[in-house]
Amino acid sequence: MSTLLEVSGVSVSFDGFKAINNLSFQIAERELRAVIGPNGAGKTTFMDIITGKTKPDEGRVIYGDKSLSLLKMSESKIAQAGVGRKFQRPTVFEDQSVFDNLMMALKKTRGPLAVLFFKPSSEDNDKVAELAEQIGLSGALHRKSGELSHGQKQWLEIGMLLAQDPRLLLVDEPAAGMTPAEREHTTDILREAAKTRAVVVVEHDMEFVRRLNCKVTVLHEGSVLAEGSLDHVTKNEQVIEVYLGR
Amino acid sequence: MSDVAIGQRRQPFALRFPSVMIFLAILALFTVGVTILSEGFGIGVISTSFIKTLGKTLCLCLVALAMDLVWGYCGILSLGHMAFFGLGGYAIGMWLMYARTEIIVLESLAAAELPPTPEEVSNGIATQIFGVVGSSEFPPIWAFAHSLPLQFAAVVIVPGLLALVFGWLAFRSRVTGVYLSILTQAMTLALSLHLFQNDSGLRGNNGLSGLQNLPGLDDVPQATVSLWFFWASALALGLGYVLCAWIVSGKFGSVIRAIRDDEARVRFLGYPVEAFKLVIFTLTAVIAGIAGALYYPQAGIINPAEIAPIASIYLAVWVAIGGRGRLYGAVIGAAFVSLVSTWFTGGQAPDINLGFYTISWVDWWTVLLGLSFVCVTLYAPKGIGGLIDLITDRKSPNRHGASLGPDQGSLREQEAEK
Amino acid sequence: MLRFVATFLACLTLALPISAQQADAPIQQLLQSQSDLIIESSRRTIGPAIDALANSGMPEAQVVLDKWQTREMWVNKETGLFVYAEEVDRDTLRIFDFADGSEIAEVPDDGFDQLKPNSGIRGLIGTALVQFQLSDPNPDTRQRALDAIERGAEESHLAALRASLPKEPDALILARKQRLERLLTIAYGATDAERIEAIQSFGGDLGVDVRAALNPLLAVRVEAAEALPADADIGRVLEPGSAALSRDDAYALLVAANLAKPRISVEEQRNALIANIADGQVAGIQVATLNSQEARDMAYAALAEQGTVTAVATEAEVDQRLSNHVFFERYVGAPPEVVFAAQAALNAIENKVAINQMFDLSLDALSLASIYFLAAIGLAITFGVMGVINMAHGEFIMMGAYTGYVVQLFIPDYTLSILVAIPLAFAVTFGAGVAMERLVIRWLYHRPLETLLATFGISIALQQIAKNIFGTQARPLTAPGWLDGSLVINDIVSISYIRIAIFVLALLFLALFLFVMNRTRLGLEVRAVTQNPRMAASMGINPDKIKMLTFGFGSGIAGIAGVAIGLYAKVTSEMGSDYIVQSFMTVVVGGVGNIWGTLLGATMVGFLQKGIEWFNPSNTLAAQTYMILFIILFIQFRPKGIIALKGRAAEA
Repeated sequence: MSTLLEVSGVSVSFDGFKAINNLSFQIAERELRAVIGPNGAGKTTFMDIITGKTKPDEGRVIYGDKSLSLLKMSESKIAQAGVGRKFQRPTVFEDQSVFDNLMMALKKTRGPLAVLFFKPSSEDNDKVAELAEQIGLSGALHRKSGELSHGQKQWLEIGMLLAQDPRLLLVDEPAAGMTPAEREHTTDILREAAKTRAVVVVEHDMEFVRRLNCKVTVLHEGSVLAEGSLDHVTKNEQVIEVYLGR
Repeated sequence: MSDVAIGQRRQPFALRFPSVMIFLAILALFTVGVTILSEGFGIGVISTSFIKTLGKTLCLCLVALAMDLVWGYCGILSLGHMAFFGLGGYAIGMWLMYARTEIIVLESLAAAELPPTPEEVSNGIATQIFGVVGSSEFPPIWAFAHSLPLQFAAVVIVPGLLALVFGWLAFRSRVTGVYLSILTQAMTLALSLHLFQNDSGLRGNNGLSGLQNLPGLDDVPQATVSLWFFWASALALGLGYVLCAWIVSGKFGSVIRAIRDDEARVRFLGYPVEAFKLVIFTLTAVIAGIAGALYYPQAGIINPAEIAPIASIYLAVWVAIGGRGRLYGAVIGAAFVSLVSTWFTGGQAPDINLGFYTISWVDWWTVLLGLSFVCVTLYAPKGIGGLIDLITDRKSPNRHGASLGPDQGSLREQEAEK
Repeated sequence: MLRFVATFLACLTLALPISAQQADAPIQQLLQSQSDLIIESSRRTIGPAIDALANSGMPEAQVVLDKWQTREMWVNKETGLFVYAEEVDRDTLRIFDFADGSEIAEVPDDGFDQLKPNSGIRGLIGTALVQFQLSDPNPDTRQRALDAIERGAEESHLAALRASLPKEPDALILARKQRLERLLTIAYGATDAERIEAIQSFGGDLGVDVRAALNPLLAVRVEAAEALPADADIGRVLEPGSAALSRDDAYALLVAANLAKPRISVEEQRNALIANIADGQVAGIQVATLNSQEARDMAYAALAEQGTVTAVATEAEVDQRLSNHVFFERYVGAPPEVVFAAQAALNAIENKVAINQMFDLSLDALSLASIYFLAAIGLAITFGVMGVINMAHGEFIMMGAYTGYVVQLFIPDYTLSILVAIPLAFAVTFGAGVAMERLVIRWLYHRPLETLLATFGISIALQQIAKNIFGTQARPLTAPGWLDGSLVINDIVSISYIRIAIFVLALLFLALFLFVMNRTRLGLEVRAVTQNPRMAASMGINPDKIKMLTFGFGSGIAGIAGVAIGLYAKVTSEMGSDYIVQSFMTVVVGGVGNIWGTLLGATMVGFLQKGIEWFNPSNTLAAQTYMILFIILFIQFRPKGIIALKGRAAEA
């Protein structure tokens, strides 16, 4: 499998504090990867760098077949290139209906003029209906998304990510605030998604990671501490030390 | 079942948005009614000066609409839209003043022994217009003042271009929120200070005057002219309303409201947020320019004080009092506040005698306005438009006792307070 | 014969009842010799008479000139002798002898004519008098003489000045005389070498008088010739149509020198055409077609051909003439060597002047920066530290200034009233700030745009209330007497004490801010509350109270700033809005949340505004416009200001 994203030698510091320190990371197309690490390990900053929110002081981030450098691109360009991100806290547009939220996320031309003269075709409507079905919100399609429960919002956000049809999906703590049954469903969706695209899941919950059954990267103090299967990394002395304290 | 739900959205535009039809119907009725009651074409109940007031109010409604689009829908609290409004007024005022002065100068030169040369005409006009600032030459910006079509183009292009350049600079460096407001205010201040200078080429603090007289139409009474402008303003407002409603109803409206609520998230959806903001900012600046071009011929005079930052603040006040985030709210706010303001400051409101002090509304109206604005912000963020929610029974959703969830979404907070 | 003598004596006795005038005294002799000139009293011819008196070397000559100048000199109609006199009453004179100053008699004025020199002659006499005054024993008189020379120097003064130098006892006056002597040498020195030496002796002297003495030497006359002459006194070569020499002026020069045909103005041409209208035609051309300049030129040329009017140069001829000639400046103020020396000296002086002006400008900028800093420091607290955007901040400044004004109404002593006004202004605006925070702002934390709007509402209301109470006209806030005047460093650099006071006040505020925020419990709690209100609350800090106090503190400082600004500018209800945008700019440019940033921001804004004003001093509006534009551009490139916070803290 060819490499989809390659992060190499990336460092970033905020007022002297090194949030990311010479981090290197690779993910192939159609790979599912879990990233774990204690608080302050740099997980969120790592995602910020890939999605263009934070510009690193040094290093390279190369993406896709054409080896694009993501460092020179704006957030929206990166998203258009096929990098989707789900935030820790569900951020859906609460003032708008589930339908509008999904329609906005649907993979279409993003320019202002194209959007201004956009008219949803019947395929688009069907696609939205299909997604709503998949995330269990068919009945709530015309409700304001602000009226949804927390779990439903998480679903809606995952639905919006799928609507974007990204090649690389970055998911920040997807299971937070979910019931066990909902977690099960989330695992299924992520594994299903990983069949057609690369998925990076940042998670605290070991049980959830175990259920994903994939390669794990452990971050600590801004760099990769260990990488491999979950069983492999949990046997690593350093990882145990970091997680259990010294 | 989802097919049914989606099917609802395929209705014609007008049916999907009954408020647009209601608005247009009311506007049409109002226009016809005023025409019947006018001096120019009707029974003469409404004075010409009040027709002008009403026509000006319609223009203010139009610029309020633009403000609502940029602020209420896109979340950019611009304190520069009255500057665009004024620029539109200046653009049309230049032609009005030039063309009228040209007629006067030609008349006076016609009596001379020799037919005038173009230079003599041009010098004559320049002396007439700029004598007041001690100059007798046309500044370069008046190069197109002789041409109505070109100045019409300037009504659109000048505010549009300024908004485009300013917006591009501001948005690309990610200036948002209050910073952006202050920056737009600074732009407005700079523009008005510039126009206050005598060598700005626009007659300094004298401004442009005599705009109520249409060149070549001196025989037409003001009663008629005022109605023409009234109709043009009503038409512009109607078209502007439909345009705005069309913009906010589609996916574009969805995106700009999303930008208002969470700009970063929209970016991660792949939308070029800056481009969207720029489109809205420029478009609304153009609408404001057109509104100004209709307003100032009815007002008769424009000067830099009209562009001062306070004017744009009042614009925000109107939209907030009317209810932002809904188009009719902006119109109601602008109409209500500006008419009430005319009533109070015109000395028509009865003074209140407290025995030891007499409250004269000419002096105290601004205080009342300021304080009521504070109250609206604090207690009625929906403005007057909120009253319409009460009538149409738009309630908060019935959650059937389900939990609000752990997050702090803005809508949730509002609901929890109820 | 005896009778005749007796009658003559009787007449004499009648005319000079007390003592005889010394008709043969040298001074009287001199006067008699110039008698015709003196009595004729014409400015053109009087010169030799005055010179004769001035150069006579007789001490009495000064008295003569003095009295003559003050119209106290009379001449006896019969004898022609000169005397000076006091008018005792309308008809009687008390006359004195010039020779020894002794009183001669009281006589009716019928026998005497008063000499009434006109102002031109009095000027000449004054000039001649200077040489006497320069050596007058009274130092004040000598100073006055020097003043007179400074006002209107003449060639003759130079010799007089030089003559008086060795006898001058007073060192200060001597220095003044020496300086004046060198200045006069520049203008009137006999030899070029002498003049050049005098010019060079001034080095980089900043005095206005030196520049006034040097500038006339550089006077030029513009001349035209077919080829540039090789004379030494040729200055710049001028291009017709340039800023220094317009095309019209250049051509007028050629016409004046008879090097070209005259031109005619549009107006004259029009009048000439009108004068020659016959049967609706001018020289056979229909009047109705004369509606362009070309047509009129043609008609005029046709008239010229008929010989009705004089021919004038066409545009093509003008162009040709202009291109055939060179235009240059010829030095007419002094010989070339002196001009070059003067030029060099002036250049040196101007360089030094520029440096000093730069220094003066920096002082101005610094004081403007202090004012912006004062206006912005309260905002740095409410906006920078608390994140509350208070658009009524400017109105707090105004309230402070009006407090000062009201205090001065009750306490007439300005020093005392300012001392009372400062704490009172703090108290008033502190109270207003706390009230505003309690009533409005605390409901709007985390809704910055709505805070902005609500405080706008308050700002509008406060401004109008002030207008209703105090009226629209500006109210004075008078500084104590000891703040009047300014600290003068040299002819160019000076700074008013009030500006120094404002600068010191700004420094005090900076110190106060740093002290409160970094060294007091309040500052600690403020920082805790702004960084993490929940955590702070759980540690027993009452966030509500802290926010209220902080807001009050920021507002109170605005009040004190208002008193200071009121001293410097007028107090009006709109003064707040004059400063609010600049204040926000100052805070934003500097970097929100950092007092040093605000300081830098204020410095930058102040220097920028003064710098722009320097390019276009007549137009402060333009300076403000360009400054705001610059700041807008600056924020494009450093959106977070000069001192930007980075990382998570910046995003919070």
